[in-house]
Amino acid sequence: MLGTGILKGMAVTAKNFVGSYHDSEHPLTTSEYPEQRIAPKENARQFPFLVHDTEDAMKGLRCVACQICEKECPPQCIYIVKSKDKRADYKGQMQLYPVTFDIDLSVCMSCQICVEVCPFEAIKMDTEFELSNTDRFGGLLVNKHQLAKPNEHYRKIHPTEAAVSDASLAVEVAKAQAKAKADVEAKAKAAAEAKAKAEAAAAAGPIGTAPTAPAPKPTAPAAASAAPPAA
Amino acid sequence: MDAPANRTVQSVGQGREGELLEVAMGPQHPSTHGVFRMDVVLDGETVVKLKPVFGYLHRNHEKIAENTSYLGSMPYTDRLDYFCSLSNNWAYALSVEKLAGLQVPERAEYIRLITAELTRVLNHTCLVGFLLQDMGALGTPLMYAFREREKILDLIESLTGARMMCNYMRFGGCRCDLPAGWLDEAKKVVAEYPRFLDEFDKLLSGNEILMARTQGVGKLSAELAISAGITGPMLRASGVDYDLRKVDNYGIYSRYPFRVPLGDHGDVYDRYMIRMLEMRESLKLLEPALNDIPDGPVVDPKAKLRGFRPKPGEAYGRIESPKGELGFHLISDGSPNPYRYRVRPPSLINLTILEDMCLGQTIADAVITLGSVDIVLGEVDR
Repeated sequence: MLGTGILKGMAVTAKNFVGSYHDSEHPLTTSEYPEQRIAPKENARQFPFLVHDTEDAMKGLRCVACQICEKECPPQCIYIVKSKDKRADYKGQMQLYPVTFDIDLSVCMSCQICVEVCPFEAIKMDTEFELSNTDRFGGLLVNKHQLAKPNEHYRKIHPTEAAVSDASLAVEVAKAQAKAKADVEAKAKAAAEAKAKAEAAAAAGPIGTAPTAPAPKPTAPAAASAAPPAA
Repeated sequence: MDAPANRTVQSVGQGREGELLEVAMGPQHPSTHGVFRMDVVLDGETVVKLKPVFGYLHRNHEKIAENTSYLGSMPYTDRLDYFCSLSNNWAYALSVEKLAGLQVPERAEYIRLITAELTRVLNHTCLVGFLLQDMGALGTPLMYAFREREKILDLIESLTGARMMCNYMRFGGCRCDLPAGWLDEAKKVVAEYPRFLDEFDKLLSGNEILMARTQGVGKLSAELAISAGITGPMLRASGVDYDLRKVDNYGIYSRYPFRVPLGDHGDVYDRYMIRMLEMRESLKLLEPALNDIPDGPVVDPKAKLRGFRPKPGEAYGRIESPKGELGFHLISDGSPNPYRYRVRPPSLINLTILEDMCLGQTIADAVITLGSVDIVLGEVDR
């Protein structure tokens, strides 16, 4: 019969309308935004931030101004100026740091490529999405003071990712410490060996048949082996 | 004020019967799905000539890609057909993998199939909503479609971090593994989806007004469709059995049985029904894939993120995107940037046939014919 299809369709809309009030299977799908907020997903990404480890944000930035992100950024929205001097990073290695680190918010397309290419776990994506600004030019150019956020923030917004990142950094630190310790031990061992040999040579001096001539010899290789770790 | 006594009311068209009227529909017309213009020559209400004009959204995609690294083009492919960014990612990744000879791990192949089929469902859901909107069913069908689309978008967001601009696939796999609990969520959405399709069918497919409005409108014959290079649901609605998932067997499509729905008449109603049926087939593919997905790495360990330089050569990778054959033709000269980068966009090529489908029909039919082509201007203009 003509019109049955239409009536069936009307029944569906009626069911949906009434259901939005009473039926738990057809609940309202919208939420009243500024009052009700849906928590962002863990993987959500909006705009990058720079991770810092210490209390003083500028001193603890992990960024070493290697400029890889600047080069790889598809819309070219990152601007970095390297420092002239070096400072110790989180594992005590001397590194450059960014004097200027700007990201143009109006150009950034939230693609996360800067995060992926960064070898230092220094830049990560924030989940903050209310980024509007009344200043059209200066307000949209975000500098390093505004970009810096502590590692705790990263742990809070991306717990799974941050755990992986922290673990890999801990491995790096452990490696660096182990290397430093090994260096110190090698140095100590070399020094001890040199001392022992010198003492042995000195002790052998009065008793042995050829006392004075070979005595300086053992000290020279010992000094050479101690030299590279010190450098 | 009294009108002068000798003045009579004249209709504007008096004495001008038989003259043709040229109308520029768009680029701001709401039914042209973006910034697209149809220069239509009308005889009364009948279309005599129709010239599609595009390029208003041209963003220089191909030339930008030639000046950026291979990886740097990946987020730009999201912005071609912004409803199906994951399919676009796959097509681009596929052609680069051909170029560089990378192998995709098993788990990544499953993730690709799952995300691509979710995208197909997503795209077709939107399309039927928009098509009905074009026909004058204002609000309700589109609202229902978007309600369901939201569920898939939530899945995609929790996987890739963005709802539409996913930037998820990488050369030799995918960017990250599935988050914990994602598969269960996806299974739930896939299991509940047929209920929406049934509801939508009940709401509209048998609706007499819809049938009267769409059957016999915007007909496209199989011969014309083939000779014009039409692909995707448009071609299948005209009764040509051609689906790259079956023809090329890319990915792991050969492992799962699925049917390719075909139309008889090639009119707007067939194109609408094809999409409804394809969604059901996609869900049939998704169910076993979500259950069978193996553990393992999601990216080829040989794949390099930085300093990626494929050997000189040429490759064309194509997939069956929800709109048709989406292909990327790349020529490498061994440098970090492609020497030539060319996109074969399905919606642009499907659009070229618009005049032939609209001639002799009314202007209102031209609107729904355009709606049934399923264009996204981001891809047409690039």
